[in-house]
Amino acid sequence: MESQVLKVTNFSAHFSGNQVVNNVSMKVAHNKVTALMGPSGCGKTTLLRCINRMHELIPEAGVSGSILLHNKDIYRMNPILVRKKIGMVFQKPNPFPTMSIYDNVIAGYKLNGISLKRDEKNRIVEDSLKKSALWNEVKDRLYKKGSFLSGGQQQRLCIARALAMNPDILLMDEPTSALDPKATSHIEELLTELKNNITILLVTHNIAQAARVSDFTAFMYLGNMVEFGLTEKLFTVPEDKRTEEYLSGKFG
Amino acid sequence: MTDGKLVFRIIKDRLFQAVVILFSFAMIVPLFLIIYYIIRNGISVINWEFLVSLPKPMGDIGGGIANAVVGTAMLVIVATVFAVPLGVCAGIYLSENKKGRIAYSVRLCMEILQGVPSIVIGIIAYSWIVLSMGTFSALSGGVALAIMMLPVIVRATEETLKLIPENLREASLALGVPYSRTIIKVIVPAGLTGILTGVLLGIARIAGETAPLLFTAFGNPFMNINIFKPVDSLPMLIFNYATSPYPLWHAMAWGASFVLVVLVLGLNIVTKVITNRWKVRF
Repeated sequence: MESQVLKVTNFSAHFSGNQVVNNVSMKVAHNKVTALMGPSGCGKTTLLRCINRMHELIPEAGVSGSILLHNKDIYRMNPILVRKKIGMVFQKPNPFPTMSIYDNVIAGYKLNGISLKRDEKNRIVEDSLKKSALWNEVKDRLYKKGSFLSGGQQQRLCIARALAMNPDILLMDEPTSALDPKATSHIEELLTELKNNITILLVTHNIAQAARVSDFTAFMYLGNMVEFGLTEKLFTVPEDKRTEEYLSGKFG
Repeated sequence: MTDGKLVFRIIKDRLFQAVVILFSFAMIVPLFLIIYYIIRNGISVINWEFLVSLPKPMGDIGGGIANAVVGTAMLVIVATVFAVPLGVCAGIYLSENKKGRIAYSVRLCMEILQGVPSIVIGIIAYSWIVLSMGTFSALSGGVALAIMMLPVIVRATEETLKLIPENLREASLALGVPYSRTIIKVIVPAGLTGILTGVLLGIARIAGETAPLLFTAFGNPFMNINIFKPVDSLPMLIFNYATSPYPLWHAMAWGASFVLVVLVLGLNIVTKVITNRWKVRF
């Protein structure tokens, strides 16, 4: 396997006594799409949220094991720094409703009080919007509110917002589950483009989506990591019987 | 079922409908009566001079209510300056901490505070500020009004911020924005319209209060812009003039009532316009 960005080792997470993620280990390779799939409630979203420490918003949450980002333990870093290095795109598009499209893209800098020169801002906004394939659609209305865009456009705006911070890795939590098929295929195309420059960890409950866009796939079931490997291999010759049953639609 | 019974049931239905509609219209009648009387009696004394000149000694024709207009403005400003930061902060706290003992007690205190009679709040402000400073003042009146305004602002802030989707907070935190900045720069701006509405409703609520001012702002027939001295206010001026035996002063009380009602109605209309126009789309 090529160089790794993220390494999860023996990681468990629990909420008020309920074990949600159980002794999971996996790796995320540099500039590849790694898909995390499994039926609802298997702990994939929880694992994803633990990676940028969003689970800490819930007071009863606890974790054990380690998650290394470029060989540094993220649980020994400041969560604010972790979240700057690990970008996240959510299930439902959530652009800031009080901000223009332009301000939404540089929100990470603005809200953190990082002042940039005007040309630098313009460059970041244009770059990020081009990377998220939204530039051509919005370049004439950058100063309009982001919430007037369509759902798919809003999601791409959120991707641009995460990309603008230049993260080491981009986490995506079922980014297409709130979108229609056309917008979904648009985002999937975008993912295959993006992986030339950025590492992506994608949570999905859609088996076909994992097969279409990912290089590596992890299959989780009931909090356990059942199988992890190259997507091609996992989908054609799965090692575990449960993976095979899930892929053939016997459960999930 | 026989036809007769069915007809009876339909009639009963119609009757019920008619009663409900009638009563809802009856609810509007008092407001229109108030406005009608105030306009009929008050409009005749309203002119520019009435608004900008001071009261004349008894017996002289003319004179105005400038001292009361300025006094009410001062009281409202003092009350807003005290109540808004406190109320908005408490509202933020309550919306962020839905459970917990402190939140529970704060919420309970706000509900009780809302039920405290305004005259009692006046006495509190009297014993805190008037007694310790040795003089009636706009400051003490403003504080009394601030206490009355507080529950309205806290409630409005809490209810508004509670409605802001959780994913907005997550979006901000996921960008590495610290909690404090997330609240100040994302959550509060998204709810600003609602908070502003609460503040304006709070002002509308206190602008007409008389009881808390009786022994705090006290009243003053002269122009005063010092907040450490007594000031007049529209409701107190109405109270003093309306209870006097002179028809000339009665007319002035109607005029002042007209000004006060226009002020409060205006505030309510502005509030409505703001909520409709500046609504944040999520």
